[in-house]
Amino acid sequence: MKSQSLLLSALKADRGGQVLLGLLAIAAVAVPVFNLLVPEGSFFHLSTYTVTLFGKYLCYALLAIAVDLVWGYCGILSLGHTAFFALGGYAIGMYLMRQIGPRGVYGDPILPDFMVFLNWKELPWFWEGMNHFPVALLMVVLIPGLLALGFGWLAFRSRVTGVYLSIMTQALTFALLLAFFRNEMGFGGNNGLTDFKELLGFDLKTPGMRVALFLTTVSALAIGYIGCRYVIASRLGRVVQAVRDAEGRTRFIGYQVESYKLWIWVFSAMLAGIAGALYVPQVGIINPGEFAPINSIEVVIWVAVGGRGTLYGAVAGAVLVNYAKTWFTAAFPEIWLYALGALFVVATLFLPKGVVGLIPSRKEKLA
Amino acid sequence: MSASPATTGPVGLRTKPTGKRRSTNAPSPDLSHNIILYVEGVTKSFDGFKALNDLSIYIETGELRCIIGPNGAGKTTMMDVITGKTQPDTGSVWFGQTIDLLGLTEPEIAQAGIGRKFQKPTVFPEHSVFENLELAMACDKSVWKILFAKLNALQRERIDEVLGIIGLKDQRHAKAGALSHGQKQWLEIGMLLMQDPLVLLVDEPVAGMTPQETERTAELLVGLAGKHSVVVVEHDMNFVRSIARKVTVLHEGHVLAEGSMDEVQNDPQVKRVYLGE
Repeated sequence: MKSQSLLLSALKADRGGQVLLGLLAIAAVAVPVFNLLVPEGSFFHLSTYTVTLFGKYLCYALLAIAVDLVWGYCGILSLGHTAFFALGGYAIGMYLMRQIGPRGVYGDPILPDFMVFLNWKELPWFWEGMNHFPVALLMVVLIPGLLALGFGWLAFRSRVTGVYLSIMTQALTFALLLAFFRNEMGFGGNNGLTDFKELLGFDLKTPGMRVALFLTTVSALAIGYIGCRYVIASRLGRVVQAVRDAEGRTRFIGYQVESYKLWIWVFSAMLAGIAGALYVPQVGIINPGEFAPINSIEVVIWVAVGGRGTLYGAVAGAVLVNYAKTWFTAAFPEIWLYALGALFVVATLFLPKGVVGLIPSRKEKLA
Repeated sequence: MSASPATTGPVGLRTKPTGKRRSTNAPSPDLSHNIILYVEGVTKSFDGFKALNDLSIYIETGELRCIIGPNGAGKTTMMDVITGKTQPDTGSVWFGQTIDLLGLTEPEIAQAGIGRKFQKPTVFPEHSVFENLELAMACDKSVWKILFAKLNALQRERIDEVLGIIGLKDQRHAKAGALSHGQKQWLEIGMLLMQDPLVLLVDEPVAGMTPQETERTAELLVGLAGKHSVVVVEHDMNFVRSIARKVTVLHEGHVLAEGSMDEVQNDPQVKRVYLGE
């Protein structure tokens, strides 16, 4: 009851969040209508390809929120958050692989194709149980959470901060990239996991399932946003911002800074894992390329371009930059990376508060 | 690192009842010998430079102590050692009879009841004045408790009271970063009050203050003594004279003299090294 009123008052004061949640609600109604009800060939028909593309953007948006939570509010610049994203994706990918069953190329009822190809005779222990959806869902948050807990516990306890911590996060995701490339790891090597057929018995390729996945992503983003807004509006949110602004001072008024960093870090990693798990069934593949360090740096650029430390800015940045990427890589594929770099420079120099900083706040309007 | 209990003085009567209950879950110090803080034989060197050299200081419960000394005398290092920021090479620091401060981290020491005000005012610039006080407030500061923490009427009242004491009632919703230098100093003192510590370590509280502000600070610190033990490091000699009952002079990491203001001023050694005579 009490926490509810805190959340409500936080959302009442959060105009950007209201706009975001409103847009998500509109998308949740409009996208199914224009995709499923408007006949194909009509000018207003939304292709299933576009639905999936939007769904992908929203997965990125959830990842961006996770990064903004630790970077914008706690000052931890993570350059390795796609590691958590990819681990969440792999967890759901394993479930989807097990769902293929005997329909694989080699027709083995238990072993996924790549294991048959490698001449493996039995399922590795960590693939056991992944044919159960609840187990896979648990792993989606548990594996990124545990990795974040171990990494964070070591790093924060040793008081590694700033650029050193950022470099370590890069090393973390790079190490995972190398590990997942190896066939012996049992995650399909450089091909990763793909050729998915069904989720919970529903064919992944049907427009109806595509819309269902899109709606799940919209809900996850909305819930994730509200969850983060609650955390930030709570006193814990004020403590982590205090850590960001004056870490030593926070210690001297009696807060175990390490515990607070660890909490927000693990929470953020779990969110990233959920984003990855929503991403994989929509794009139909997960491979070690998702661990590439450059991907994590791109996420930071989304957040910086959108507006750091606002949450809704991270969503705006993720959608805008990825929309630009889709357009650029089709129209001028060779200059996309230059455009991305230029975008980052422009945002840093001229838009310190990001795109959402261009919108005058209510307070400034009054003044 | 932790001092052995065989150190002279502070240990011994461990079975005595503890001091007054505080609103945190930290253990209360045993004040049965009327000494709240023991700093004994503490030495700390940085790259061969002895910032503290066999320093011993005892702070009585409820006293107001001023510590003076030229630059590099070890005043700030002493505070760093007491608050857990720096581990000394040798020596021991005890809070009351039973709490060994050298084994505790900064937040644990703060929770036990030692508050510190820094030389350069450090408030949380992006938080409002009210939120700064709220964050400093003595309470259970574990993560899950804080996630669901809500101010009760008593706590709100206390924050209002402190806002009144530090004269920032009208600025309660202002960002702390937008305050003037003097106001920031006051806010930091307010944050100390919210912590409700048994010992206040105050580093140069009147630096950059107007004479009126200085006067109010003096009144406040004098008023706090008795209920709290207050240790003030200050350069402003007039200010020290206006509040001090007992003054300790530090020089090269060691206590040079101790006594009333008049006594230390007439001490020939102090005259030589500190007053430049």
